[in-house]
Amino acid sequence: MRYDIVLSGVGGQGVLSMAGLIGRAAVASGLIAKQSEVHGMAQRGGAVQAHLRLSDVPIESDLIPRGGADLILSLEPVEALRYLPWLSPTGTLVTSANAFVNIPDYPPTERILDRVRALPHAIVVEAERIAEESGDLLAVNTVMVGAASHLLPLDPVSLEDAVKSTFARKGERTLAANLTAFAAGRKAAS
Amino acid sequence: MAQRILLGDEAVGLGAIHAGVSSAYAYPGTPSTEILEFVIDHAERHGAPHAAWCANEKTAYEEALGTCFAGRRALVCMKHVGLNVAADPFMNSALVAIHGGLVVAVADDPGMHSSQNEQDTRWFADFAHVPCFEPASQQEAYDMTREAYEVSERFAVPVVMRLVTRLSHSRTKVELGEPREPNAIRKAPVAATWVLLPGNARKQWKELLARQGAIEACMAESKWNTLHLNPSRRDLGVITTGVARNYFRENLDDLGWTPSHLHIGAYPIPVEKIRELAAHCEKILVLEDGYPYVERLMRGVLPGTTTILGRTSGELPPTGELDPEVVRTALGLPTRPSVSLEGLILPNRPPQLCQGCPHGHAYSAIKEALAGYPQTMVTADIGCYTLGALPPYSAIESCVCMGASIGMAKGAAEAGFAPVVAVIGDGTFLHSGIAPLIDAAAANANMTVMILDNQATAMTGVQDPLVPSSRLHDIVLGTGVDPEHVIIVDAHPRKVHENAERLRKEFDHAGLSVVIAVRECKVAAKKRSRLAEAVV
Repeated sequence: MRYDIVLSGVGGQGVLSMAGLIGRAAVASGLIAKQSEVHGMAQRGGAVQAHLRLSDVPIESDLIPRGGADLILSLEPVEALRYLPWLSPTGTLVTSANAFVNIPDYPPTERILDRVRALPHAIVVEAERIAEESGDLLAVNTVMVGAASHLLPLDPVSLEDAVKSTFARKGERTLAANLTAFAAGRKAAS
Repeated sequence: MAQRILLGDEAVGLGAIHAGVSSAYAYPGTPSTEILEFVIDHAERHGAPHAAWCANEKTAYEEALGTCFAGRRALVCMKHVGLNVAADPFMNSALVAIHGGLVVAVADDPGMHSSQNEQDTRWFADFAHVPCFEPASQQEAYDMTREAYEVSERFAVPVVMRLVTRLSHSRTKVELGEPREPNAIRKAPVAATWVLLPGNARKQWKELLARQGAIEACMAESKWNTLHLNPSRRDLGVITTGVARNYFRENLDDLGWTPSHLHIGAYPIPVEKIRELAAHCEKILVLEDGYPYVERLMRGVLPGTTTILGRTSGELPPTGELDPEVVRTALGLPTRPSVSLEGLILPNRPPQLCQGCPHGHAYSAIKEALAGYPQTMVTADIGCYTLGALPPYSAIESCVCMGASIGMAKGAAEAGFAPVVAVIGDGTFLHSGIAPLIDAAAANANMTVMILDNQATAMTGVQDPLVPSSRLHDIVLGTGVDPEHVIIVDAHPRKVHENAERLRKEFDHAGLSVVIAVRECKVAAKKRSRLAEAVV
């Protein structure tokens, strides 16, 4: 079994925390995980991506080959489309519907979302609204992990456990909001 | 056996800790920063080893060397261009008789994700005549670092650990060994081997060269250099170094057969193994993440019988990072099908200063103050503030190397240009800005230095400054700048206009001025308040 994920978004949105949640669940499930990250200058408000590879046999490359990703999981629609050359023809793109506009030439959001919806396998999630309804605007990452949980080769319980272990030390309210966000994200993509 | 999930950088840090290092020193620089961050975190939990950020890579290297002089093991870490700053102690430490192991962990940045060049540290190790390890995985980063200390003490030389961005910043599980105890203190037994007066240096240099045969034999036979010949095919052989092996193996299923393969993880290069591969294959493809180092050594200048393919012959691009796709193309495989981007042009999203960053307010003031002059020049330096070269600020005009802003401004001023402004951050100023400021003060050069004091080395993840803001002023005065032209301003958004007026006065002063623009980095402020809360 091998499952390759390109995670994307804008620097500061929490691409790495999203990768961390899935990575922890995979390792706890006995899988091998390799997670390639972007640090330093490239991080500041710019396009950010991480490659997360899950496998039950040793993984060679830290980078996913083009055309090899089973999933693009994105916190931002333009950043989701940016990595299409990595998506396998049978792969799925899961993105938040919410545009992050910090550049002057950002295209009309609807045009971008139409383009996403026209893909053979795509799921668009109203992540900010769902996070807010769950009680924590910052839980957007957890909503997106919930939305991707149908596709990941992981028991959703292992993902929920990763949410628990990650947010347990951040107080009861944050933990409860993230568990709600995970379930709501999962429901939104079902 | 214990296991941990580690970044490549962290694996080097833990490898050094488990090899019994007593001290670790570094100046932060992407992609190397996380090595020392890991050691500092470990030291805070366990009380050892000693781990500290330093003013620059040269001081870090010399401090590590002092630990070795006392017979204990030391680690010094930096990014590739940091080794240029530390080149003096690095080159000379190859000649002293190191008896407490020294590992120099250098993270290269092929593709220049966060750097101004993509120089390859393997050339530097070669230049200094010291061994070098190049891990292909996080596990190898851990294991090789431990072995590097043994090699260092066995041959009495510093040993280089060469990393690349992709390994530095990728995490996976690593199997850990038993920690080794640190060395006892034992001063260098023969002082003369550390006193590089010409008479001693000549002797030490000869001895270093005499040891090369043994070093080459040890590294060539290393388990990290592996040769597999495919008896049924002679048309193509492949040499990989470091992480290139991963990209090669990634494509083997699609290639459908396994070419004869030499992997190199330990240098100097294994000459006999390369000859053995060449005797078996008509063509050899060389895959390296970095400069074509092995490729150039193999080519030499005289015609050979083996065809060598690589970066210099066009099978691989001459610049940039390797990845599975680049290697796939070099192996003659077509691109795999993917989802089409056809007709879709996406806007670029370059990195930018954070919302409300004090550097932005400082740049607004500089731009306002410079408006109206027939010609202006703003030299700058390396840090978050280098992003001021991009829109919407477009406020700075140079970024060459740490500290260059001040020296270049002096040269331009002395060539007759005015007004000239040098922009430098507090971390960069302490790293390499003081010496050129002494030059500028001694000459009273007609220029203005603007120190953007955000009280952090922010770009690399917010390390605390070695000197608090309050003492920067004293340092500047100590270099001999006229106190009447050393000014402190607050880089507050509401003070842009007021600061611009103040700056304009200094631009018009026919001599050296230093303006320190103070305001804490917003990310640093957030991090510090979080830490303060955690303490409460």
